[in-house]
Amino acid sequence: MNNSFVNTSRLLGAGLRALLVLTLVTGVIYPLVVTGIAQALFHDKANGSEIEADGRVVGSSLIGQPYNLPLKKGQQTPEPDLRWFQGRPADGLGGNSINTRYELILSGATNLAADSGAVDGRCPAEPEDGTLCARVLAAKAAVVEDNSVAGYPVQPSDVPADAVTSSGSGLDPAISPQYAGLQVHRVAARNGLSVAAVEKLVADHTQGRTLGFIGEPQVNVLELNIALEDLVAGK
Amino acid sequence: MGPVLAAVLQLLALTGALALLHIPLGNHMARVYSSGKHLRVEKWIYKAIGADPDAEMTWPAYLRGILAFSAVGVLFLYLLQRLQGVLPGSLGFASVDPAQSFNTAVSFVTNTNWQSYYGEQTMGHVVQTAGLAVQNFVSAAVGMAVAVALVRGFARSRTGELGNFWSDLVRGTVRILVPVAAVGAVVLVACGAVQNFSGIHEVGQFMGGTQQWNGGAVASQEAIKELGTNGGGYFNANSAHPFENPTPFTNLFEVLLILVIPFSLTRTFGVLVGSVRQGYAILATMVTVWLGFTALMMWTEFAHHGPALQAAGGAMEGKEVRFGVGGSSIFAVATTLTSTGAVDSFHSSFTGLGGGITMLSMMLGEIAPGGTGSGLYGILIMAVIAVFIAGLMVGRTPEYLGKKIGGREMKLAACYILITPALVLVFTAASTALPTPPHSMLNSGAHGFSEVLYAFTSAANNNGSAFAGLNANTDWFNTTTGLAMLLGRFLPMVFVLALAGSLAGQKPVPVTAGTLRTEKPLFTGLLVGAILIITGLTYFPALALGPLAEGLA
Repeated sequence: MNNSFVNTSRLLGAGLRALLVLTLVTGVIYPLVVTGIAQALFHDKANGSEIEADGRVVGSSLIGQPYNLPLKKGQQTPEPDLRWFQGRPADGLGGNSINTRYELILSGATNLAADSGAVDGRCPAEPEDGTLCARVLAAKAAVVEDNSVAGYPVQPSDVPADAVTSSGSGLDPAISPQYAGLQVHRVAARNGLSVAAVEKLVADHTQGRTLGFIGEPQVNVLELNIALEDLVAGK
Repeated sequence: MGPVLAAVLQLLALTGALALLHIPLGNHMARVYSSGKHLRVEKWIYKAIGADPDAEMTWPAYLRGILAFSAVGVLFLYLLQRLQGVLPGSLGFASVDPAQSFNTAVSFVTNTNWQSYYGEQTMGHVVQTAGLAVQNFVSAAVGMAVAVALVRGFARSRTGELGNFWSDLVRGTVRILVPVAAVGAVVLVACGAVQNFSGIHEVGQFMGGTQQWNGGAVASQEAIKELGTNGGGYFNANSAHPFENPTPFTNLFEVLLILVIPFSLTRTFGVLVGSVRQGYAILATMVTVWLGFTALMMWTEFAHHGPALQAAGGAMEGKEVRFGVGGSSIFAVATTLTSTGAVDSFHSSFTGLGGGITMLSMMLGEIAPGGTGSGLYGILIMAVIAVFIAGLMVGRTPEYLGKKIGGREMKLAACYILITPALVLVFTAASTALPTPPHSMLNSGAHGFSEVLYAFTSAANNNGSAFAGLNANTDWFNTTTGLAMLLGRFLPMVFVLALAGSLAGQKPVPVTAGTLRTEKPLFTGLLVGAILIITGLTYFPALALGPLAEGLA
């Protein structure tokens, strides 16, 4: 009994020493070396790919952000500022619940099921609040309404999936070229620009698949809006 | 080019990259685990441990080493979280409560990386980097060590010796995981993943106001998280977060990191047992299942059945634009066929059948190609069972790689394949039968059941991904998933090492005309069949209540 106790403590001691040495190698040296290389070679990227416009930081090219009007009195949810290109819905973002003195962005998805809110295998006209059916239908109605301008009526079937669904992170910095294209007439009208000029802006900011086949074509909303601001200012 | 063709080309590119890499990496790993030389840094480490790296261990001694190392690992990680509130470098984050600390400690030590917490608001720099990321390395190294011990059991004869655990652990970490992860981390930073130790800070926004971010050693953790098939995200959104997985290329690169060691270990196996063709037969089995499942996933996700997805016009809920349906499907299958559990898109919002595929992938036992190390030992157990089935058909004592598969070997293999389904089904049944656990479900009906089934499938198979609508941060789920992870990790290891010991003690049987040729395509077919049939029979009733009911509605 005594002997096996001694053996067990010896083994646990060896395990602890192994853990501490390997912590030094993989938990201290490794991350510090990688951080050193990253900060030396890719300083901007390692710190979050921040973008500046007019001499101030306006966000990260990798992190989506809202383009909303300021909250009016009594309003719970802000309205989108339709002068600017809008990103995807972000219903999965969370709020600080533990370290409540912070207002950190908490990434996340809705995790709602494909049949959430469905009745008899389809989304009813008035689905239950908070379900995926309800969110998708509401988002679709809003996209159709917001983007229909004189001479350019938007049909529900024109609306691409990314315009009415929340992303995995809730921070998707990009939209599909289809969704950007759908917003062109509205953005042109609200900013007093020609449709052709805004179309060119979108085309210039459409990034194709990497090497032609990796990922999907995308338009970075922040970069597009910065270019739009420049275009409006330089007019 | 359409998205379907692009997805297929991405899959082909991935296959090509793996085909190129698996031979050199597999050969390197074979050398690492059979070399008689020690690097200077390793000698220093052995000195610190106080272990003789050249002392051979029997299977019980090898197992004791693993259990001691893992027990200390759980305790250390638990204390680190409990003390976070007073540790420097923790962003001022509070200590984690006991049930969640236990769950997380077990989760990372067992290579599961199930997360019942929000990474960015719960874990500061010290816990993430010196606690969680360390287990990302060493839990993967433990998995590889067990796999190598089993391979030695096949390769050696008339001995009880399976190698030295400390040496296998240290070499796997120092010579395989650290160098590859370092290269991977730098590639990720070059593409935009963050790597800094900044505190919580405000960043301006286009419309005015600010966003609040925390930085961190994200890229270095991301690289080993994929390479070690761990899966615990720095951020809550895991690899969907742009700071973890910024571009379409990094998405494919992360899938490559997930798959490269498990596939390459088949080469290591072939080299160590003296017949690379035996390794190819195992590799072919893994590739068949992997490509088949990925094709099925692409089919169901592109078809986007499901009422809300039909209304949206595509299965983009929970998916990022830059990855699209194709890149997300490839990632989802790779992460669940291995023990990774990282996600670049949220499985709960996949089509009913797509969610079912992720569950079935884990239920196969994560063997195609499976986790770092655990994939290889898992599929070798299935190979033993396939050989046994073939032996029954022809009425001959089964043998594999020159070793007889007798009563003792079969009992150990059978225990191995029974333990995980028992954990999954018993805990799922208990959670649905008891009054309060179902309150954790976000969705109702079949999908709500799937959330619970997914949770225990993920925990017991040490995957770590989730149908994340489930509120798993309750005492019930923190405790039961913690137990499922512990038992699902270490009981199978006991059976594997016991089997290794039993095989190593045998004398080799000569190959005769009656020997089943396990390096031939016929055996690959038999093995694929055995895997699918055994898993299907075990889990079909549970799957029928969840994803099949939803997908076929």
